[in-house]
Amino acid sequence: MGELKLMKGNEALAEAAIRCGADAYFGYPITPQSEVIEYLSEQNPYERTGMVVLQSSSPGVCLKQEGLAYIAGAEVPCVFADVVRGGPGLGTIQPSQADYFQNTKGGGNGDYRNIVLAPASVQEMADFVPLGFELAFKYRMAVCILSDGAIGQMMEKVVLPEQKARLTEEEIKAKYPWALTGRKRGTQHRVITSLDLDSARMEEHNRHLQRKYDEVTKNEVRYEMIDCDDAEYVFVAYGSSARIAQKSVQLGRAAGLKVGLLRPITLWPYPTQAIRNLIDKGVKGFLSVELSCGQMIEDVLLACNGRAKAEHFGRVGGIIHTPEEVLEAMKKQIIGE
Amino acid sequence: MAEITLQDIIQPENLVYEKSKLLTEKPFHYCPGCGHGTVHRIIAEVLEELGVDDRTIGVSPVGCAVMAYDYFDVDFVEAAHGRAPACATGIKRVWPDKVVFSYQGDGDLAAIGTCETIHTCNRGENITMIFVNNGIYGMTGGQMAPTTLVGMKTATTPYGRMPQWPDGTPNNGFPLQITQLLAQLPGTRYVTRQAVFSAAAVRNCKKAIKKAFQNQIENKNGVNFVEIVSNCNSNWKMSAVDANKWLQDNMLPVYPLGDLKDNFELIKK
Amino acid sequence: MTEEIIIAGFGGQGVLSMGKILAYSGIMQDKEVSWMPSYGPEMRGGTANVTVIVSDERVCSPILNAFDTAVILNQQSLDKFEDKVKPGGYLIYDPNGITHKPTRKDIHIYSIEGAQLASDMGNSKVFNMIILGAFLKVRPIIDNKNVEEGLRHSLPERAHKLIPLNMQAVQVGMDNIKAEN
Repeated sequence: MGELKLMKGNEALAEAAIRCGADAYFGYPITPQSEVIEYLSEQNPYERTGMVVLQSSSPGVCLKQEGLAYIAGAEVPCVFADVVRGGPGLGTIQPSQADYFQNTKGGGNGDYRNIVLAPASVQEMADFVPLGFELAFKYRMAVCILSDGAIGQMMEKVVLPEQKARLTEEEIKAKYPWALTGRKRGTQHRVITSLDLDSARMEEHNRHLQRKYDEVTKNEVRYEMIDCDDAEYVFVAYGSSARIAQKSVQLGRAAGLKVGLLRPITLWPYPTQAIRNLIDKGVKGFLSVELSCGQMIEDVLLACNGRAKAEHFGRVGGIIHTPEEVLEAMKKQIIGE
Repeated sequence: MAEITLQDIIQPENLVYEKSKLLTEKPFHYCPGCGHGTVHRIIAEVLEELGVDDRTIGVSPVGCAVMAYDYFDVDFVEAAHGRAPACATGIKRVWPDKVVFSYQGDGDLAAIGTCETIHTCNRGENITMIFVNNGIYGMTGGQMAPTTLVGMKTATTPYGRMPQWPDGTPNNGFPLQITQLLAQLPGTRYVTRQAVFSAAAVRNCKKAIKKAFQNQIENKNGVNFVEIVSNCNSNWKMSAVDANKWLQDNMLPVYPLGDLKDNFELIKK
Repeated sequence: MTEEIIIAGFGGQGVLSMGKILAYSGIMQDKEVSWMPSYGPEMRGGTANVTVIVSDERVCSPILNAFDTAVILNQQSLDKFEDKVKPGGYLIYDPNGITHKPTRKDIHIYSIEGAQLASDMGNSKVFNMIILGAFLKVRPIIDNKNVEEGLRHSLPERAHKLIPLNMQAVQVGMDNIKAEN
């Protein structure tokens, strides 16, 4: 077992990045994720592992969308974290989950996908960094850790992973022959690019990307079910909303309601089949609980495909729904009095 | 006496010039007379002479030189529009022993990428930045760039670039002398402006580019920045020869040649 | 056992760090914990509150609408959180600056003169540890030795010499809390 600590979600994410041997972090201080760069600056990871920390000029994930489209096209692995605050625009510094569309459906241009991991605890903020890097390098694509102000700012106990060294240049050459390390004499030079003006080759490149995304969809769907075995009505919620809905399940069960929680851990690929299996087992309705005006509900509706009732409930603007009002919404919107 | 054939002439002992081994066999897509080909050739020769081809990583821009990676036999990244210096920063910070250079035009470096350019220079990254300035957007068909000269006609200034309307209200703004601006920043080590319109200019330019790479190899910090004032005969709508003449008569007074900064010291004129 | 606590007062009163010490002490006693602050653009002087949950089981929602115990350190917080204490729950407050006292009959109400006692001890910074002691007297969910361990983990090394003073403040809180109903 690794080291046990009480940490903020943002700090756990930063520490995990150092410990899993990340090469570099490029970030910008924005509430509610400023602790990431503060923590990294304080920890001086350059002396610990050689990890580079640099304040870049990218004030927000919006501005990173351009780069993410290039990363998808050029098939470069990377992990990025979005500790979501309320929008649109400057919005508010309070927690929100309104960047679901941006991160699961794209945001940059072109036909591409990012794997999206949704931590619901400080422990998962730490765990999803090494998992993110593993997936990013396995599939050569971007992995988003989609968190929010609540998970980023709260403290919980966390078991930290062992410190791993950064890969050496020799290890990188052996494991990732596509990585640019300088062209070895007598071999073909390598290019990382998203551009190809030959339409036939570009079509094939796009097909190749889609085959890769199909592979990810087949292998990497992750979710958690709580009290779903005999459930008739199920909350679907991720991140901080899942924590709140878990309490709503407890309150509902205490009141004799057969309610459960499906917590998607990967938001892309989405646990569509898990929802369909629940319908097969007799679940009559779903309430998508999000700190947004209704984004993930679209994926829940696609999964239901008309076979079960599904509606959205969520507070926005930085207001966080309480377990009581989430349960109330389930009763009113889905169960019916 | 036997007649001399072509085969007799093509002999190793008669060799006076050959293409750099670091240029691939791929024919340049650049217009005849464009400066890019010459600048590419100079960079390839310099990298070959310095023997660093096996640890060089280039970063190409968006614009005419977007596919520079096809022509250099070294590893290359193609950056997003304007982001080449940011991309080069990332590579150099993670790989301090690699020789890293960005290659950009004026639309890329001095318009959409001004932020990246200024901050990279201000941080004093130990990289080499090559900036080819022809005062116009070439690849997209000749629109006004920040570096376009006053009065110069482009697709978006069909009546000539007019910084202000006759009544004094702002219009197209002024030619951006970004190289002078960058020389003021404490993070730039070597800042120079060169050209490739004549054999003599090419010789000077090669010296400057070589120095810009040598500085990077020998030191730990400081941007080495080389502007090359070039032509865009296609979009200037001139012959290649006329374009080089026009460049000397019109571009050089606004963008005068020579070193602006050396070893972190501004050069007083 | 699950104890859901809100600690609320002014920024600068040590609300967040008291919650952090409580959470760390919980870890030392092998409990599951969560610490969820309210946060805003203001650095000092605004209202600050933190929800701390200490439980034998995995903590589900870190954000709550009803609390087992409310620790209240100013009037605004009393106005905001008195109604959010579960029936049969506990409200502990410092009367310093309180103009309208708590009125509920269905909860246990206690007061602790934290500001005054800290001033008597000659160190206003131990205020939050006095309050923590008062809380632990009423809700003995963590042993004193684990509070000391929690302090050791949440304070930086250079502040470890202050641990005895802090534990003394905890004791002062325990000795001086008064039941009001």
